Amino acid sequence: MQPISLARPQLLNAIWAMHDVKGFLDDNDIGQLSTLFGVSAVEIEGVVSFYHFFHRQPSGKHTIYLNNSIVSEFSGFEEVKRAFEKETGATLGKVDATGTFGFYETSCIGLSDQEPAALVDFCPVVELTPQKVKTLIAKLKSGAPAITVCDEPKNNIRYTPGERAFILKDYQPGTALQKLGELAPTDVIQQVKDAGLMGMGGAFFPTGIKWEGCRKNASNRKFVVCNADEGEPGTFKDRVLLNTMPGLVIEGMALGAYAVGASEGIIYLRAEYRWLKEKIEQTLEDFREKNWLGDHIPAKQPFSFDIRVQLGAGAYVCGEETALLNSLEGKRGEPRTRRYFPVERGYLSKPTLVNNVETFATAARILESGPVQMRELGTKDSPGTKLISISGDCARPGIYEIEWGMHLSELLTLCEANDPYYVQVSGPSGTTVSMKERNRRLCKEDLVCGGSFMVFNKSRDLLQILLNFNNFFKHESCGICTPCRAGNFILNRKLEKLELGLCSLRDLVEIEDWGVTIKQNSRCGLGQLSPNSIIDAIHKFPEYFDSRVDKSGSRLSRGFDMERAVREYEEAVEA
Amino acid sequence: MSNPITITIDGKEVQVEDGSLLINAIREAGVDVPSLCYYEHIDPPLGTCRVCTVEVNGRHQASCTTLARNGMNVVVHDDPTLHDTRKAMVEMLFAEGNHFCPACEKSGDCDLQGMGYELGVQMSRFPHLFIDRIIDYNPKRMVIEHNRCIRCRRCVDEVLTDDGKRVFSFAHRGNDTEVAIDYEQEAKLNEEQAMRAMHICPTGAILVRGKSLARPFGDRKYDIKGVHSGENVPMEKPLAPMGSNGEKKVIATVSLAGCFGCHMSMLDLDMGILDLVDLVEFNKSPLTDIKHFTKKVDVGLIEGGCCNSENVEVLREFRRKCDILVAVGECSIWGGLPAMRNMVPLRECLEEAYLHSFTSENEAAIIPSHEDIPKILDKVYACSEVVDIDYFIPGCPPSANHIWKMVKNILFGAEYSVVYPEFKYD
Repeated sequence: MQPISLARPQLLNAIWAMHDVKGFLDDNDIGQLSTLFGVSAVEIEGVVSFYHFFHRQPSGKHTIYLNNSIVSEFSGFEEVKRAFEKETGATLGKVDATGTFGFYETSCIGLSDQEPAALVDFCPVVELTPQKVKTLIAKLKSGAPAITVCDEPKNNIRYTPGERAFILKDYQPGTALQKLGELAPTDVIQQVKDAGLMGMGGAFFPTGIKWEGCRKNASNRKFVVCNADEGEPGTFKDRVLLNTMPGLVIEGMALGAYAVGASEGIIYLRAEYRWLKEKIEQTLEDFREKNWLGDHIPAKQPFSFDIRVQLGAGAYVCGEETALLNSLEGKRGEPRTRRYFPVERGYLSKPTLVNNVETFATAARILESGPVQMRELGTKDSPGTKLISISGDCARPGIYEIEWGMHLSELLTLCEANDPYYVQVSGPSGTTVSMKERNRRLCKEDLVCGGSFMVFNKSRDLLQILLNFNNFFKHESCGICTPCRAGNFILNRKLEKLELGLCSLRDLVEIEDWGVTIKQNSRCGLGQLSPNSIIDAIHKFPEYFDSRVDKSGSRLSRGFDMERAVREYEEAVEA
Repeated sequence: MSNPITITIDGKEVQVEDGSLLINAIREAGVDVPSLCYYEHIDPPLGTCRVCTVEVNGRHQASCTTLARNGMNVVVHDDPTLHDTRKAMVEMLFAEGNHFCPACEKSGDCDLQGMGYELGVQMSRFPHLFIDRIIDYNPKRMVIEHNRCIRCRRCVDEVLTDDGKRVFSFAHRGNDTEVAIDYEQEAKLNEEQAMRAMHICPTGAILVRGKSLARPFGDRKYDIKGVHSGENVPMEKPLAPMGSNGEKKVIATVSLAGCFGCHMSMLDLDMGILDLVDLVEFNKSPLTDIKHFTKKVDVGLIEGGCCNSENVEVLREFRRKCDILVAVGECSIWGGLPAMRNMVPLRECLEEAYLHSFTSENEAAIIPSHEDIPKILDKVYACSEVVDIDYFIPGCPPSANHIWKMVKNILFGAEYSVVYPEFKYD
């Protein structure tokens, strides 16, 4: 008898279920999944190997992921790494001899305000020190489950503009949903438009237009997807929103669903935030009990809507909306070509509204407070407020709700950055800002910020930062298009050469030219933004690069280092 | 045309079908646009290689994934930087893989190579990455040569078993992305299906055992002429010929980590060489057996890359003594066949060669080292990684005509063009 194939979108969940049993998938598991889903084994392998939290080899009874983002690097990554290696007996990337601990590094886990941080069996541990690691591992060795020894990360909400706070203020669940009693779907869209809401994930596309577009695409089935794949290094605002007010996000999704005519919702939650899943699901349950979700949601027009949480599995690129849709469909998280917008053909080729966590939360606030109030805040082109996640060299890292239009210098004062040298705005794919630009304003008219705000002081080496960013992109590229896959790898080699002091002025020109080639020709936002920080840095810190390159213009040496080139041979003949 | 719209291609208005693929619309309008991963049967197109990039309303877009819409302003050739962009994509693919054309079964029929010829790629501006990849002999009918895979995805989408299962899939991600093959499904393919897989593979990554050498080299798809660009390869030529001061010009040549094949090719001018010696004189060169430079030289021709310390010293001396340096042949340009060792750590190479080989006697075997013998470098370096190189002549070896046409152009400004059979990577 032919087995009945499971629906493909269930694949990620099925892999997770098997993976949770023993921490990896063996060939048998792959074969079983291949039968269950009616696809070839290699297709399953393709999906499993795409996501870095899925293993094909044992990953230990306890699996530890230490964050390797730049803020972690500057907060003691190396010594914490050594402590983990010493205490667990597992070297980075491997499992110890007894099979108890698997120790790996991973990209930003959304805890940049409390680095170094790690996930132990997907439970967060923060502000790690060698001593803390020692205690932690001892407890795990004595049999304590990770959930009992992990930390509860702080929310670190450091600043809101008092009375003018729009997002982080008192939240009465259900307030926004109640408004549906008097509003038609088009009224909801109008309010969002009137308020001037833009996509808060970093693309700043007008939300009202997106909602309207989705509404206009007639279909018997539509979806609302909340993008909770907050992967840009240095961003953790969505984590705090989901931790403090998951209901507000859910309300925003419901409003969106009502507005566009969707009845199914999905929260795509990054695996790094798995520890928030239960809380979100509990909130969903509470909502269902109150009839705020389900078949009988009180509204002016008949409205039924429910939400499920889909767990990701470790892939930054899935924050790109079309990659996210592929991932939801149980595929490799490769971005689609831009032939259709998700509001035309999204999840399962049906019209799909994809918005970021903060966008949904703000949409709910717009219905609560009215679009006029939002318009009174911020600037003309970017009304309202924005959640900024601040990390790095400042005394008060955490979440700042700022009114759009705030000067960079003011924000730096608020977070007590005493000796800022350089700020990376919007993460590695964002904008590199020098202190000459401290009078710039955070707003659509000047400098946008998707949420990540990393401050570095003069003691930090710029090239170390850029290499960390570039390594991130090299690893997180989905690999499907030439310029992003090959280009970032090629740039990596060039930056290593720069680090070794083997570059000339011509190399700098090439780095920039090649960066532009990657930007202009990559298929999705990941590649198109990946060289930003390098290109920006070359322009904004010329004195730094000047001191690092050979300016002699000699035709005799193109950065060839004879001593280095013969070292391996000399070691081989000495042995 | 059921729904004609007007778009502008390089300043000319043309009528095309609304919503048609831009790449087809451009070609139907009689304008050439190169492409590599694009394969007509695959819908939606893959859009992976980005070689068909054009400018649409001011932004770069792959023309294979863009739909033609009324009023679009498309630039294909009017902006020369677009040609350079497309070239850069092809060069990246060469730099990223391990493409040893002279040792490849698909050479001459390879679309990547064909695209290199078509765009006049003389060298890759990007350093070769030399990542160690495997050759998979496990499949029943096929051999998968991962060194040559450009991850175009054609096989992933197109090669299915009779019951609709995929034989190939992308695996891993980022710079580790590779095409994985399902042995069980591959075994279900019949010969015709397997042959099709080999044929849709743009490079020599998918081979069917015993079937790959069907057509003789030199007689293959890209050996005789270009698909789009006609008889001549559209290559960049030297820009500034030297002025004449009435004296004979001086040439020097050397073979570094090469096989002297390029020098043999220089001699292939046959009787033409007699005309040449009227125009130029040779200084340091194996052709004259002059061991040391005796005067300033106009043009130095370098065969071979740098595999040891002596190569580097000689190359630097050439740079000091010659006004113009020309890298002649694949080894000189990017390492060539000797660079096959670049994927393996040097120590392993040395131990394999001197300590563990059949002929090494256990007790006495040592890795040779003496102050009189040059030190082996950690990898084979392209000449351009060591000194500035002015011009590049591809080929293994390059054709005699190509070499001398270029040299005469540099020395005397003689106009020239290179036809397809003279422009090769193998």
